[in-house]
Amino acid sequence: MSDTSDTGPVLAADGTPLKRSLRRALRAQKMRALALIAPLLIFVLVAFIAPIADMLFRSVENQIVGNTLPMTVEELRDWDGEELPEETTFRALYFDLFLASEAKEHTKLGSRLNYEESGVSSLFRTTGRDVDDMGEVFQDALEEISPEFEEAQVWYDMMSGGEGADSNERLLSNQIGRLEQLESDIYSGDVGFVPGAAISDILPNTARAYSAFAAFVHFIDEDVVAEEDPWEAVYAALALDLEDPGTVTALATYDGPGADILRQAAAAELPPVDMQTAFIESNEDWSRVEYWEVIQTYSPPYTTGYFLNAVDMEKTTEGIALRDEDERIYGILFKRTMFMSMMITFSCIALGYPIAWILANLPARTANLLMILVLLPFWTSLLVRTSAWKVMLQQQGVINDVLVWLGLVADESRLVMINNQFGTIVAMTHILLPFMILPMYSVMQTIPPSYLRAAKSLGATPFTAFRRVYFPQSVPGIGAGSILVFILAIGYYITPEIVGGTTGTFISNRIAYHISTSLNWGLAAALGSILLAVVLILYWAYDKIVGIDNVKLGG
Amino acid sequence: MKLTKTLLATTALTVAAGASATAQEMADSMTLVSWGGAYQESQQKAYVEPYLANNPGVSATWDESSAEAVAKLRAMNEAGNVTWDLVDVVASDAMRLCDEGLAMELDHDEVLAAAPDGTDASDDFGDLIVSDCFVPQIVYSTTFGYRTDMVPEGTEPPSSICDVFDLETYPGKRSLQKRPIDNMEWALYCDGVAKDEIYDVLGTDEGVDRALAKLDTIKDQVVWWSAGAETPQLLADGEVFLGSTYNGRLFSAIAEQDQPIGMMWDMQSFDLDGWIVPAGLPEDRLARVMDFLKFATDTQRLADQAAYISYGPARESSAPLVGKHAELGIEMAPHMPTDPANATNVHIYDYEWWADNRDDLDAKFQAWLAQ
Repeated sequence: MSDTSDTGPVLAADGTPLKRSLRRALRAQKMRALALIAPLLIFVLVAFIAPIADMLFRSVENQIVGNTLPMTVEELRDWDGEELPEETTFRALYFDLFLASEAKEHTKLGSRLNYEESGVSSLFRTTGRDVDDMGEVFQDALEEISPEFEEAQVWYDMMSGGEGADSNERLLSNQIGRLEQLESDIYSGDVGFVPGAAISDILPNTARAYSAFAAFVHFIDEDVVAEEDPWEAVYAALALDLEDPGTVTALATYDGPGADILRQAAAAELPPVDMQTAFIESNEDWSRVEYWEVIQTYSPPYTTGYFLNAVDMEKTTEGIALRDEDERIYGILFKRTMFMSMMITFSCIALGYPIAWILANLPARTANLLMILVLLPFWTSLLVRTSAWKVMLQQQGVINDVLVWLGLVADESRLVMINNQFGTIVAMTHILLPFMILPMYSVMQTIPPSYLRAAKSLGATPFTAFRRVYFPQSVPGIGAGSILVFILAIGYYITPEIVGGTTGTFISNRIAYHISTSLNWGLAAALGSILLAVVLILYWAYDKIVGIDNVKLGG
Repeated sequence: MKLTKTLLATTALTVAAGASATAQEMADSMTLVSWGGAYQESQQKAYVEPYLANNPGVSATWDESSAEAVAKLRAMNEAGNVTWDLVDVVASDAMRLCDEGLAMELDHDEVLAAAPDGTDASDDFGDLIVSDCFVPQIVYSTTFGYRTDMVPEGTEPPSSICDVFDLETYPGKRSLQKRPIDNMEWALYCDGVAKDEIYDVLGTDEGVDRALAKLDTIKDQVVWWSAGAETPQLLADGEVFLGSTYNGRLFSAIAEQDQPIGMMWDMQSFDLDGWIVPAGLPEDRLARVMDFLKFATDTQRLADQAAYISYGPARESSAPLVGKHAELGIEMAPHMPTDPANATNVHIYDYEWWADNRDDLDAKFQAWLAQ
């Protein structure tokens, strides 16, 4: 009223433009709303999304082979798989396995590869115990040549190249990287040792083995490198380097620390480095090509192996093939899980529909009473209900006793109703029935009884009135109930385990087995992922056919 | 992973410190993991209560998770938060935990008490130390019980493992464990394979087929169990005529519940149960648990345990000390799987062999079951 000529922005009471002030208020409100749902959001992310993502990742993850045996994997890359790998591969394996067994990681790899080929587990375990001895011959021989090889300090000086020598930082950081991968940890800080550049040119294997040793001693044993006696593998590496005539020539002009004892060792006769024989002596399975094939096949960091296994297939050298018939099990189990879940869903519809109808059409007081009867088992422990079915259904159980007493069944031929598919279907139908009745009931309650009366008054028979008027309106309830029951059934575990015997178990029982007993989490994750995909596909198909908007959980 | 390293360092320290470990700071609570039921009760009475009486201010909590111990320890280790201090597992699980680096390697002579006559712990336990991480407690066996009132008239009660496969003489259902271990060996043995050749035969595809073919002859009469309590229940209900389970379960059904059940010890399968210490414990908890472990596995404590449950003590020096049942007052020795009268023909199952072949045979066994 006062000053209409002012065309500037509308101001709020505190003088700021109204728009900004409004936005601020809204933002605060949004933040408040977000803060309100934040606990739920965080909970869903942490407890739901993250584990699923982790599970999906586990089903393809396979870094353990490359992390534990990096050099062997490298050597095997071009191996043709026909004949036993060459000595160089065995040497790579020796140095890999030595470090892995010091870190006690080799048995993990053994159990991982044992999923693919029986026997790898003990192969790694027994050889892991022997790798120390394999290098001992060289240690003894070198110490025989010069007692100075026994001194930790001598080794330290020799490998670091002495004060002020050029150093080879890269070699050390490579070895630290290798240790980080092996231990899945991150290390930083000064090892207290850097290999000399000159010595690592002349003795590449020794410098590498000693650097790995130094990194291990510093980061894992938390000791001082210069005070620790080197591993047997370092002696073996030196013997290996000295086999090269080039090394001997290079040593002639080398004048770093330890040059004289190295020359002494080069001049002497050392036992030949024959890791192939040593490994095969330790465990003759190393001479079997199959085991090498497994290491080669499963060396990439990601694998489809678990998924193939989950659909009864396997990787062979000739490509992907079906497993032997006597090892195929998951196909049977997936089909059975689908079939039985559908049977359970249909049984629930058949039993639940009339109950829901009665509940919806009774006066409220009686309906409530009946509702309690529906909910009572729902509130009872799952285990109790399942065990109760055991008592009911077993051969010396209540139902058989009654049948025998009535003379309907002879005492010798009591019915087998448990430890098979029948038992599982009966028990699970009973357990899942409330999930069918409740959505049906809430939908049926909203259907006005006058529609049926109107249909009848227009001349429809009770059946036609039901079929054309009542039933179509109750379909959303059936849909909601079916989705609930089917999805719950497909992942059920306890009931089939207890009453399913051998023919009534589900895929989830195998998943549980692989999680808790065989520890093959990769396979369990692959099976779980497939199950998840199947449920999503069915949900999508349901949406296409019936339409998800037609699903109602209530009014 | 970081924890493992600290642990390795601290272990070295504690082990080196040896006897002076008691001087260290010790945690005043422990979480022990066991199987629940009568077995855990026997541990509580024989070791935990006396230990707590000697060490006032210390408390012990039980977690009944031994059946899933391997999976749970792996998960705890991945999460970097190991909440257990001492875990009771069967020998094969101990081997796997050791392989996976989830259990701590122990020097048995250093950390365990010597026998009263001075014999080193490693000699006293002998071959039962099947893994560097494993401290054996008891020897149990998987063996058979049968309903005495269901033995057909005019026939002797079953006395041989092969009676399990003899449906003509001994009709009726049998309950067997839902896993290949033991069942495959028994099947081959009853198919005429000599005892010392069983694993050689089972190592071939034909051998596996042969074992499954033998099991096929009784397949439709078998109820497969997965929990140790199932067979005693099935026997009590008269659902099965005979079934395999752990001998202690049968003992309690017979001696404590007076069920009409008889024992059949032929080819009982020996197995071990014992402690492992999880890898990655902080120093104070480790010191406490080592102190407890030394006490709980000494000669007297292992012998005491046999007064509550019919499992044989793992120490040789404990055997002569086994007395009477604490409540029933019956002599326990004749109920032990290791009693000479019961152990005339035993099956010693090969841990190493099964560790290698379990995945493969299990796939075949499960596929066979599902068909």
